[in-house]
Amino acid sequence: MSRVKTLQALFKRYRRPGDIVFAVLFLLFSVFLLLQLFDQTVAKPRAKFVTQPRFWPGVSLIGMTVFAALHLFGSALSERISGRWREVWLWVASLEYAAWFIGYAALVPVAGYLPSTILFSVLLTLRAGYRRRSMVIYAVGSAVVIVLLFRTFLQVKLPAGQLYEALPDGLRQIMLTYF
Amino acid sequence: MENLLAGAGMLARWDVMLALLAGSIGGVIIGAIPGVGPAVAIAILLPATFSLDPIVGLTTLLGIYGSSMYGGAIPAVLINTPGTAVNALTSYDGYPMTQAGEAHRAVSLAYSASFWGGIFGIICLILLSPVLAKIAPMFGSREIFLAALLGIILVILAHRGQIFAAGMLAMFGIFLQTVGLDSVTYTQRYTFGYSFLSSGVNLIVVVLGLFALSQAFFLLTAPDESPDAKPVTGRMTAGIRELMKHKRVATVASGLGVILGMIPGTGEFTAQFMSYTYAQKTSKNPELFGKGSAEGLIASEAANNAVPAAAMIPLLALGIPGEALTAMMLSVFYVHNVIPGPQLFQNNIDLVYGLYLALIILNVIVVVFLLFSTNLLTRIIRIPTRFLGVMILILSFVGVYSLRNSLTDCMIAAGFGVLGLILKRLNLPIVPIVLGMVLGGIMEVKLRSALPRLKSPFDMIDRPVAFIIFTMIVLVLALHLRTLVKEVRAHKTGDDHDLHDTQMR
Repeated sequence: MSRVKTLQALFKRYRRPGDIVFAVLFLLFSVFLLLQLFDQTVAKPRAKFVTQPRFWPGVSLIGMTVFAALHLFGSALSERISGRWREVWLWVASLEYAAWFIGYAALVPVAGYLPSTILFSVLLTLRAGYRRRSMVIYAVGSAVVIVLLFRTFLQVKLPAGQLYEALPDGLRQIMLTYF
Repeated sequence: MENLLAGAGMLARWDVMLALLAGSIGGVIIGAIPGVGPAVAIAILLPATFSLDPIVGLTTLLGIYGSSMYGGAIPAVLINTPGTAVNALTSYDGYPMTQAGEAHRAVSLAYSASFWGGIFGIICLILLSPVLAKIAPMFGSREIFLAALLGIILVILAHRGQIFAAGMLAMFGIFLQTVGLDSVTYTQRYTFGYSFLSSGVNLIVVVLGLFALSQAFFLLTAPDESPDAKPVTGRMTAGIRELMKHKRVATVASGLGVILGMIPGTGEFTAQFMSYTYAQKTSKNPELFGKGSAEGLIASEAANNAVPAAAMIPLLALGIPGEALTAMMLSVFYVHNVIPGPQLFQNNIDLVYGLYLALIILNVIVVVFLLFSTNLLTRIIRIPTRFLGVMILILSFVGVYSLRNSLTDCMIAAGFGVLGLILKRLNLPIVPIVLGMVLGGIMEVKLRSALPRLKSPFDMIDRPVAFIIFTMIVLVLALHLRTLVKEVRAHKTGDDHDLHDTQMR
């Protein structure tokens, strides 16, 4: 009994809900990648073992799988914490914001950096639950400051919007260069 | 001396001074806002600095790195929420002082101790430089390989209670850097036939996803909060005189900060924890610790501020970053074709001294700024957290997209953002992934270049420095096993903590 206890103490960790789900997924991911080792890397004839292209992927994936298995073992030995699926749902819900981010990135080359940033900032502020007019004004103000700082002042490389082409001559040039 | 003058010459430009000013003040503000940390800010600003001169870009980032902990002390003291990870222990004694109506004393003590630690760290760096310049050339490929290996082991072992998770994430980092076209054999590795994977997984895209986007997702999916910090009244210079009464604690804490800052994987939190324990053990009033002890506050702040300068030592001398922030700075060096490592001290010593001087100047700027603007910062702390999430998301876009104008990069970063969110929610560490990527790359390159001169595996450790590092690896592993066995025999388990959670910001 005492040996079991010792073993449990060795592997027990302080955890949060959903830990075992992540442990299982990570182990599956590691095993999947490890199984692809011979398909996704090649062996070079006459090259030494440690200079083979598959040496480092092999070492890291074996290490990853072993640690992931031990991590899962530790999770399985620890007490169950309630709220596991609520936590997993929160991870899934965060994909919505990842989609917002990708949508914003897709919009910039079309609508231009300044309009896209203002639009995205206002919409996301509303999505985050703010309804007061002052928050919307802050959102517009912050978006303008960010564009001025990065695009106008620091001249960070961002594509000019296709919509800018439709603007009158003088304004188009300014928008293409600074916004 | 002439090197120091050459370094000063590098800084004597309006754009460098402006970058330093913006970096240091920006760093204080970023540090003061709970929910944003230097890692988020540096990740976002990295690509923007690529178009600048190396010294301008580096001083901006150095400014943020060195000054964020000053700002982080403000919410730690005033609202019991550390602004950055490393101010965690500051709140133990700072907040009780605020409750007792001594907020100005706590804040000024934190500033003074931070300044003491910061300057102590830089002096150590300057004094160590001639030694480093002599030792660094002794590091060949095999020594750097072994040092990187030691770094990986320390990063894993530093995550006590989460070693398996840290191990699997560090290995994942090493794996990530192998994806793409192998630069020596020109063969594809784990590209699954997708052309976008041929150029590999970009470190900056991963860093932006794991640190910045994940923080945005984290804030947006959590309930909205608006921390309420009361304005500070009273003389802000009160702490300076009080610090002089505790010079011993401040100096030992700074010393521990320097030593632990130099060791990869350990960093500010360990330094802070050890100096706090030291201060409590040697104090005449140990019972006051956690209830508003000046010594506790000094120990914690002096230790964490000594770390940035010390963390530059392995980065500049060997090209080996010890934690996430220096790993990000390494990519700035690479972009500008300045390769940190033994040659840096021979070819670009003026840049090294320029950076040292920049660190001194930033400490002075920050203290002067804080003495006059603490109350302004207490207003900034009140930004609602979800709104902060929206802003981080918008800013992250600039970071990711300006790299190569690639939508695919944005998708990869978003993927790592979700992974980062899961890790943060689970209280698992993010840093091992980033260090695994950087140190894994170094290990692969250095092992390959060391091989032609090795006839047997023992040749790997037949040089004095290589043998010393190898002995250190064995010792670290043996000591860890010994502690583990002792703990298991004593049936002792550590308290639950948010150490790794806070390390990610």
